[in-house]
Amino acid sequence: MSETTSQMNIKLTVNGEAHEVTCEPRALLIHVLREDLNLTGPHIGCETSHCGACTVDLNGKSVKSCTLFAAQADGAEITTIEGIANPDGMHVLQEMFREHHGLQCGYCTPGMITRAYRLLEENPAPTEEEVRFGMSGNLCRCTGYQNIVKAVLAASDQMAAQKEAAE
Amino acid sequence: MIPGGFEYHRPDSLAAAVGVLREYGDDARVLAGGHSLIPMMKLRMADVEHLIDVQDIAEMKGICAEGDKIAIGAMTSQHELIDSPEIARVVPILSEAALQIADPQVRYCGTIGGNVANGDPGNDMPGVMQCLDATFLLHGPDGPREVAARDFYEAAYTTARDDEEILTAIRISAHAPGYAYEKQKRKIGDYATAAAAVLIEKRDGLVANASIAMTNLSDVPVWSEAAGADLFGTDCGPEAVAAAVDTMLGDIDPTEDNRGPVEFKQHVAGIILRRAIARAWSRA
Ligand SMILES: Cc1cc2nc3c(=O)[nH]c(=O)nc-3n(C[C@H](O)[C@H](O)[C@H](O)COP(=O)(O)OP(=O)(O)OC[C@H]3O[C@@H](n4cnc5c(N)ncnc54)[C@H](O)[C@@H]3O)c2cc1C
Ligand code: FES
Ligand code: FES
Repeated sequence: MSETTSQMNIKLTVNGEAHEVTCEPRALLIHVLREDLNLTGPHIGCETSHCGACTVDLNGKSVKSCTLFAAQADGAEITTIEGIANPDGMHVLQEMFREHHGLQCGYCTPGMITRAYRLLEENPAPTEEEVRFGMSGNLCRCTGYQNIVKAVLAASDQMAAQKEAAE
Repeated sequence: MIPGGFEYHRPDSLAAAVGVLREYGDDARVLAGGHSLIPMMKLRMADVEHLIDVQDIAEMKGICAEGDKIAIGAMTSQHELIDSPEIARVVPILSEAALQIADPQVRYCGTIGGNVANGDPGNDMPGVMQCLDATFLLHGPDGPREVAARDFYEAAYTTARDDEEILTAIRISAHAPGYAYEKQKRKIGDYATAAAAVLIEKRDGLVANASIAMTNLSDVPVWSEAAGADLFGTDCGPEAVAAAVDTMLGDIDPTEDNRGPVEFKQHVAGIILRRAIARAWSRA
């Protein structure tokens, strides 16, 4: 086993802001986000690619940042939960999670909302079944999922109403 | 869980990538979606000195359909397979199988090339590829060569791919309208306890062609020519199906693990294969 300590420079655009980071090739994206960029919204739950607490949006895809080297994301655009809120307040998804009790301890919530964000971008009007299938990479040990599904469906309705009002 | 150190390479052409493989031999590994390799590296079950990230290699991307033939770049993600109208038209069994792999996040990253090159008996695509009689395109220092999916798998994690070769694409011909991929798993995101890929072509109310393969029931995918032959010429009635299932159960060789003892796996395999045959026939 070689413990190469070679370092590399990578460029990431995170929540609209350009960053340059020096890290080892083996640095995982979640560690660079949390430890180098101080973005502690994405959580480390299982560390084994199962729970989705570490989900971030990378070039328009929901990815588990514990299963990606930061080097692979060199040049990428990343959105974390910190970048989901609007300047003038919470994102509709965040409001609906609050209103429908889509969280208890909150540990899974950043990953849930970041994933739900991409799900609604791809499918603005999902059925309940589509929400359950689309959120199946995120585990929650508290809520029993019912209220998470309700919150995502409510956010979808609200976003459609907002869009209609804007037109 | 942090992997051991390695050197990271990101070549932008196939020739450059093969060059790195050639230079470092079996100290080097291709990194595609990383969703099999990185977990293994984090567990320190894979020790890699040189990682070759192939995400920038244009030759390994894209889906190209011409008539009843389709070529799928190795770097096509499972998400892209599900999304592709060409796949839905020419080889819909691939979208049906991809939808049963892992979860949405994993499918955005995991590639079809990684899934078939990995050689893990738990991967779903190798059985589907054998069922389809797909061809794998490999590119090495001496140029390209083709290997039939049915000749590719030698043992768990051992395939016909040489250390210096990269899998660049998969070629498949359109399949019959009767298709199904059926999978039993303990939960979403789990590998198969048993899974079956079935293709049936129907002519004048009878089976004119049948191809059957199963996943995770041996150290390689199991394509059973004899099980398909049991359906040939029949109306896919209970006796023919029972014969095909019996033949397949004789060809698989499951081992006991945390998904259950051998008897249970044999039982599940029979049920899953019956369901897959029934669904394929209903669509034929
Ligand atoms: C939580 C979880 C659940 C999963 N569930 C399933 C499941 O149910 N079914 C399933 O089939 N898979 C499952 N997977 C695995 C997933 O589908 C992987 O993405 C896939 O097996 C490998 O594809 P990859 O692109 O990620 O390959 P990588 O991990 O990058 O590579 C895998 C191996 O193949 C080699 N390789 C990759 N591409 C090439 C190439 N083009 N040429 C030569 N060698 C290559 C690599 O060197 C490596 O040895 C799961 C993964 C996770 C994390
Ligand atoms: S911490 Fe990444 S999936 Fe659980
Ligand atoms: S709210 Fe506690 S894990 Fe989901």
